[in-house]
Amino acid sequence: MKYKDYYETLGVKRDASADDIKKAYRKLARKYHPDVSKDPAGEEKFKDVSEAYKTLKDPEARAAYDNLGKHRPGEDFRPPPDWGQGTGDGSFSYEDVDLSDLFAAFGGRGRRGGSIPIPGQDFEVNAPITIEEAWRGTELELNLSVPEHDGTGGVRRVPLVFKARVPKGVTDGEKLRLPGKGGKGLNGGPNGSLYLNISFKPHALYRAVGHDLYLDLPLTPWEAALGASVEVPTLAGPVRLKVPAGTNSGQKLRLAKRGLPKRGEGEGNLFAIVQIVVPPAPTDREKALFNDLADASKFDPRAAFPKGDGK
Amino acid sequence: MKIEITDAKWLCEHPEVSLDELVELSGLSSELLLELVEYGALAPTETTMATGTRSSDEMQTMQWRFTSDCVVAVQTVSRLRADFDLDANALSVAMMLIERIHGLEARLQELQSHFPQVK
Repeated sequence: MKYKDYYETLGVKRDASADDIKKAYRKLARKYHPDVSKDPAGEEKFKDVSEAYKTLKDPEARAAYDNLGKHRPGEDFRPPPDWGQGTGDGSFSYEDVDLSDLFAAFGGRGRRGGSIPIPGQDFEVNAPITIEEAWRGTELELNLSVPEHDGTGGVRRVPLVFKARVPKGVTDGEKLRLPGKGGKGLNGGPNGSLYLNISFKPHALYRAVGHDLYLDLPLTPWEAALGASVEVPTLAGPVRLKVPAGTNSGQKLRLAKRGLPKRGEGEGNLFAIVQIVVPPAPTDREKALFNDLADASKFDPRAAFPKGDGK
Repeated sequence: MKIEITDAKWLCEHPEVSLDELVELSGLSSELLLELVEYGALAPTETTMATGTRSSDEMQTMQWRFTSDCVVAVQTVSRLRADFDLDANALSVAMMLIERIHGLEARLQELQSHFPQVK
């Protein structure tokens, strides 16, 4: 088992008062809590902070932790033989155990000897999927390491491998639930749930907002001015889109029901956002034609600007 | 090795959830959820407000339905309560602020999507 220095994690001295520990925890929680902080590394940091606090705030757990002695963080160690009456008989193996699991037994939850049904823990997993996977539904292989109670108060980490079928129609940021796939309930309590936090991986073409998709539609100046029929990629394959004459940059052209399927029935829309693009390296002929157009046209796109003296 | 396949379920199968379902999904007590309703942070849907009878508060509470959108908010609040040791009043303020932030983030994401990404 690897040692973790909970005092160092919270940035307090080993003889800090309960109040100081609480203050240090709250300060760090405000900084790193995933619901509050936008720090991408916040979630991991908060887990460490929270684990440290859960043990140190409970006088009994803190005393037991102190009894482990001081080790270097990350150092492999075994608790002394007489340590922790709540962890079963002496044959308990500490090989597959995380330090936090030892202290989960303190403070009520998971305590041995009780006969009150205790519901299993809920687990949460981040599940990044592609927009294509959301469109047709997908199967995710989940490979987790979860704590499991051995029935005598001991806890060990066990691998949990299974596939989750994600229905079509999920959106970015949505949560899915796998009932019964969380921690095992104790004393007849129900099993916990496993939650999948669905997020969309960035896509080369599409941006998703709910069930709607947005796509950039680059047009040449003449396609925009004269109108055109252009091929647009959709999740179901390319379709032809009629661009009306006189289309401007930034205009949204709607392709009805070409977005993501909705739960139940119906689909979102696909919006093509027009962007007028000029040839990056025009040929002499193209330049000449643009010059002719410049000479022939009286169009003033800045007619609304106040007229200055040009200086 | 054969790998078991489990169907991932929508957070709620219906567009509305009952108070009991909300208790199950959030891990919060029904007392605390009722307090959040009192503070106005959590609102039962109007249809159920109408079917409840004024003469029997308890009956009304039993019949309350909430939109399933609030499940995620209530789960967030449940985490905040555990991690920050907040009371119902603080939670209701946090809940309203979180709702506003989510609304703004959704709007920002929508506006950003309108913005051409072509270089």
